[in-house]
Amino acid sequence: MLDLFSYEFMQRALLAALFTGMAAPAVGTYIVQRRLALLGDGIGHVAVTGVALGLLTGIAPTWTAVVVAILGAILIEVIRERGHTNGDVALALLFYGGLAGGVLLTGLAGQSAANLQEYLFGSITTISVADVYLTMAFAAVVILVGVGLAPQLFAVSQDQDFARVAGLQVRTYNLLVAVLAAVSVTIAMRTVGLLLVSALMVVPVATAQQLTRSFRATLFAAMALGAFASVGGLSLSALAPAGTRVAPGSTIVLLALLGFVITWPLGAWLRHRQLLRTPFPALPPDAGTPTDSHEVGEHPHDHGPDCGHVAVPHGDHVDYVHGGHRHAPHGEHYDEH
Amino acid sequence: MLVTPVALTGGAVAIGGRPVLRGIDLRVETGEFVALMGANGSGKTTLIRALTGLRPLTAGSLELYGTPFERFHDWQRIGYVPQRTGATSGVPASVWEVVASGRLTHRRLLRPLSRVDRTAIRDALEVVGLADRARDGISHLSGGQQQRVLIARALAGEPELLFLDEPTAGVDLPNQLALTSALGELKSRGATIVLVAHELGPLADLVARAVVMRDGRIAYDGAPLADHQVHDPRFGETHAHHHCADDRSRSRHDHVPHVASPLEGR
Repeated sequence: MLDLFSYEFMQRALLAALFTGMAAPAVGTYIVQRRLALLGDGIGHVAVTGVALGLLTGIAPTWTAVVVAILGAILIEVIRERGHTNGDVALALLFYGGLAGGVLLTGLAGQSAANLQEYLFGSITTISVADVYLTMAFAAVVILVGVGLAPQLFAVSQDQDFARVAGLQVRTYNLLVAVLAAVSVTIAMRTVGLLLVSALMVVPVATAQQLTRSFRATLFAAMALGAFASVGGLSLSALAPAGTRVAPGSTIVLLALLGFVITWPLGAWLRHRQLLRTPFPALPPDAGTPTDSHEVGEHPHDHGPDCGHVAVPHGDHVDYVHGGHRHAPHGEHYDEH
Repeated sequence: MLVTPVALTGGAVAIGGRPVLRGIDLRVETGEFVALMGANGSGKTTLIRALTGLRPLTAGSLELYGTPFERFHDWQRIGYVPQRTGATSGVPASVWEVVASGRLTHRRLLRPLSRVDRTAIRDALEVVGLADRARDGISHLSGGQQQRVLIARALAGEPELLFLDEPTAGVDLPNQLALTSALGELKSRGATIVLVAHELGPLADLVARAVVMRDGRIAYDGAPLADHQVHDPRFGETHAHHHCADDRSRSRHDHVPHVASPLEGR
């Protein structure tokens, strides 16, 4: 069964998967940072019209999809900028317009539904040599820009007002992110398909940020997770038992989601632990806290580093959280803080 | 001769076609510490956004360091601390990373951080007293600490002119004190500071000049006032006798209506 990986089409598919798996989260991180997680979906729907246009005119659908997706992304960005809070409405309008336009054009072209389906759900194993090179080139551009301009893109996505007063061309960077997203959507449509494209941009980022505290770590972890999910998902679909047909798009996305399901409880636990151990605010020395005290005798043990109770720094000493109380050792007894 | 950092002449701002600021003349000289004060809706935030170019002027002219705003590109001289709502985003970011973005005015594209950059970032974190939190995620900080991070981000750019929008809003007293000492440090280095404040609190010791806004105009410009004077409903009313009858309308501020359609510009 491992022979499968010696086939040339499989090697091509794996290469394409590796590159898109890294590129999609690279731009996806900035999109999630702007709280526009569904932008990729919007562009994906618009790209359906692009693919249909290619099927209708006989031009390679990858190229028509790139052009239409970029135009759609710019339109979304312009509407978002002008309409301020209503970015989600703008996305919704383009979602439906793009999908309906695509279905209409495919009908007019008289293509069988299967042809459009290739792009809707991915068909990575039928990818041609030329398409692999195109995918790799586009992905490389997305990765280089996403990582190389990280300081600028980070500042613009984090705080537009600040970035503008820092003299950054905010609109240019916003359009750049939109165009990068459109390019990633188009290259990822061969791997996971247009309807699942956004998952590859968003899910690895969501998974990475369960465990990271910095932007850089999130960006690189998301790229690594995306590459792992793409290559792993494709391999899994190839290893499916004979007689069944497993679309690689579905295994890639499900594998990425599995990563999230595994890390989420871990992240939730870490955040909970962090909250418990956050130091209690120290009061100024002259502010008398009303305190009760306990005799040590009421405890079966002395509080200490190994007593098992959560130890929380509090000003110049440590409080031990004990059954909802905060015990601060004080001579022969414990003060209730 | 020192160039005047901020010179706004006959400034007016309209938001969505509604005149909000009218007839604003404001000059801020080097080394001044100016507080823009006034009630909610009086236009003080709009004014600071106009001074930073975030709100285009509909009339009048703005010069920063003697250069008309349209031709001003010397952004490293300017620092801006927006309202705290923008401190967190959809992806975690460490305190250090947020402060480091303040160095962008000094960095060229695709160049790594230089040693000078790193020193400036470290200094900025020390001035606001958060050097030990540099590696923490910004969302783990309290509101007052996030505000100090945003100030450190502006300080990292080593600005000569610093604009702050409500730095003390919703910040507890210890954090206000930390913030005041950071701004005092900056003032002692000779920076010019313009800030919006609803109430001055501990900042009062630093403020040398108060500009009080009322209904989109400057109602008072001079030595700082006590907080209760600023919030007197009759403050700065030069023709109060005309309107004595309609006190009710005076208490309602004119806010810009919400724009409800995606294609309607603002």
